[in-house]
Amino acid sequence: MFDLEPTEEQQLMVQTARELAKNEMDPAAHDADEAAKLPEGFLKKSWELGLACPAIPEKYAGASMDRSAVTGAMILEELGAGDASMAFAMQSPAAVAYPVLDYGTDLQKELVLRACTAAEFPKLSAALMEPYYDFDPTMLRTTALRSGTNYVLNGAKCLVPNGSTADSFLVYAREGGSGFDNVSAFFVQKSLPGVTVSAKEKNMGLNALDTVTLTLTDVAVSPETKLGGPAGCNFERIMSYGRIAQSAIAVGVARRAYEHSVSYAMERKTWGQPIATRQAVAFMIADMRIELDAARLLVWEAAWHLDKGEKATKESYLAKMVVDEMVLKVTDDAVMVMGGHGFIRENPVERWLRNGRGFGTFDGLAMV
Amino acid sequence: MINFQHGDLLNNLSAAVEQIAREHMRPFSREVDEHEHEINPDSYINTMYEVLKATGGASNSPVMGAKEGGDKKRRTGNVTSVVFIEKMAWGDCGMYLATPMPLLGGAAVGAAGTPEQKLKFMGRFKEGKPKWAAMAITEPGCGSDSGAVTTTATLEGDSWVLNGEKIFVTAGKRAVEDSEGFVVVWATVDRKAGRSGIKPFLVDHHTPGMKVTKLEHKHGIRCSDTAVLVFDNCKIPKENLLGSAEVKPTGDSKGFKGVMATFDATRPPVAASAVGVGRAAVEYTHEYLAKQGVAPRYGIGRNKLTAIEKDLMMMEAKVKASWLLTLKAAWMSDIGEPNNLEASICKCKAGRDMVAVCQKAVEILGPEGYSRKHLVEKWMRDAKIGDIYEGTQQIQKLVVARRIFGYSREQLA
Repeated sequence: MFDLEPTEEQQLMVQTARELAKNEMDPAAHDADEAAKLPEGFLKKSWELGLACPAIPEKYAGASMDRSAVTGAMILEELGAGDASMAFAMQSPAAVAYPVLDYGTDLQKELVLRACTAAEFPKLSAALMEPYYDFDPTMLRTTALRSGTNYVLNGAKCLVPNGSTADSFLVYAREGGSGFDNVSAFFVQKSLPGVTVSAKEKNMGLNALDTVTLTLTDVAVSPETKLGGPAGCNFERIMSYGRIAQSAIAVGVARRAYEHSVSYAMERKTWGQPIATRQAVAFMIADMRIELDAARLLVWEAAWHLDKGEKATKESYLAKMVVDEMVLKVTDDAVMVMGGHGFIRENPVERWLRNGRGFGTFDGLAMV
Repeated sequence: MINFQHGDLLNNLSAAVEQIAREHMRPFSREVDEHEHEINPDSYINTMYEVLKATGGASNSPVMGAKEGGDKKRRTGNVTSVVFIEKMAWGDCGMYLATPMPLLGGAAVGAAGTPEQKLKFMGRFKEGKPKWAAMAITEPGCGSDSGAVTTTATLEGDSWVLNGEKIFVTAGKRAVEDSEGFVVVWATVDRKAGRSGIKPFLVDHHTPGMKVTKLEHKHGIRCSDTAVLVFDNCKIPKENLLGSAEVKPTGDSKGFKGVMATFDATRPPVAASAVGVGRAAVEYTHEYLAKQGVAPRYGIGRNKLTAIEKDLMMMEAKVKASWLLTLKAAWMSDIGEPNNLEASICKCKAGRDMVAVCQKAVEILGPEGYSRKHLVEKWMRDAKIGDIYEGTQQIQKLVVARRIFGYSREQLA
């Protein structure tokens, strides 16, 4: 029966995430953005909370929670409300761990899942996006072609999170024709010949997030490095998880901008009255709320399909489409509510707009 | 536990409603639209009334439907009703508004009626010929500011005497002239008391002194009669007052809050009716394009989508978003949570976005969309009412904003 009440377990995890966001992320976000660097010790501290990939089974020393995209979306919204850069950074191991959990060979599970339950933040990252305006996951330009017993990888990947410190990348590449079915993922060591990792990218937003461009030139890898071995992976499904995760973070960013606008509008006065009493402002904020609530439900619904084991390609794609538009509009409106103050970098709405603009240009930058 | 699925019982019932929509509404949509006030959708009305009688559904207003089987603890009436309404509006929104059931009038009786009033006014929907119930609030000089009602009710012995004019009464003629139904009329018992003096009155069909003086010719939902009702010394029994007669000297009275509570319960159904129209338009556009060999490519890089693919996907997403907001608001009612904010959110979004969705459908079909060969132009006209009645998009935004800021209507007008 239709129900929107989170379980107690979900409420607890949301609470943990909310506290992290409020106490550690939000207060540090401005300085981290200006310094283009995560706060000292943030990754370790957040990693210890176990929010990133709680579904790793006990067998690999994980928390063995339900593999739930809905729960993940709830957590990521909170983290996104704290800070998008930090949310993406702390969530990036999940983009390796979860595909391995779902499709990995026994050996891959042993190596990756163990690393993702260790005390240290894992030096693993996934490389999916490519630096082209028409980047298309169903038609990746990065290729993996058979050469004898090996695969040879060629291509370029951008926005690879935590890329400077990662020593192993899960690289998505096209094996043959177009479509999700022709995409596989390969574990590529940074030390391999032909692998070049750029300096930290400089983007419009997400400044505190370390992202790199990864260039692969005739990189030879063995068949054992292929995710899932000969059977491969269900890339279509991986994309759905990714789109949901990314959208959930965006919902968090928008929510934070909305909440900030509400309190500012009630404080800031013009001609003796709070601007919240003016319809021009009040209606803008009402619209922010309406679109925010709508977008969250689309994300949850898409996630719920995945949790039921169903395909959610369309649902997650449409949810992301709506969320991307929403987060840009809401963060932009938040700047408008503040007027000139919103243009000043000391004011967080300025950062939220830069971060908010990014989502429509990303695809599958995080995982649940 | 988060769940977007309905129970088996509701799924089965809604499939039955959809079948009625497909067989008894859609095929007559165009004809009834073209002959406003001239022909009745008899096939639909008679079929639906028999179904409602048989299931007991007609005795309940759509906003107070029965429990869904299984879980006894939770009411499911609000979710159930929005699911049904969405299906009916998908069939034809005008016909849905002509459904022989208590609708808004029934919602008011359900919210504020005594057991005797419920028996007398709702019991009739279980028997005989099709009947309707209407709600008369709006006047030539007041709409959403329902506190400005000027229709008067004066106590004379054992009767209330009503005087005034009501406009935009949905199903007004069907309720009081064409059937043995009734209308709930909002009138003031004390003009000086402002909103506190405004009370709802139950007026039975064919009561002397009540007259339908006009039927509006409308942009859309032409199958639904929108009546002007004039009350000229219209006498009704004293016990036909809904709720308390007491006029509190200051502030809101229960009576006025009753109107507002009715609206909290009825905005999600209105949103649902808008969503039904929007879904009809999206599905039709999909089918039309499929015949032209256009199939939207979900999942590919977004910058590779054509303009039409993007539009179609956005239409689809908008329908779904509005629908989920509607279900959420209805679900909150069912679990007894205050949903004033959510009810306005879904109504605002569904009303506005379904207009945009239908306009886009006309655009995508091009000259074919503008042609009356296809129903999309009709759906666009039908959708517009969802953006207006039960409080315009702008009124909903006012309510949303007031809730967000915790402001009274005086603080944010």
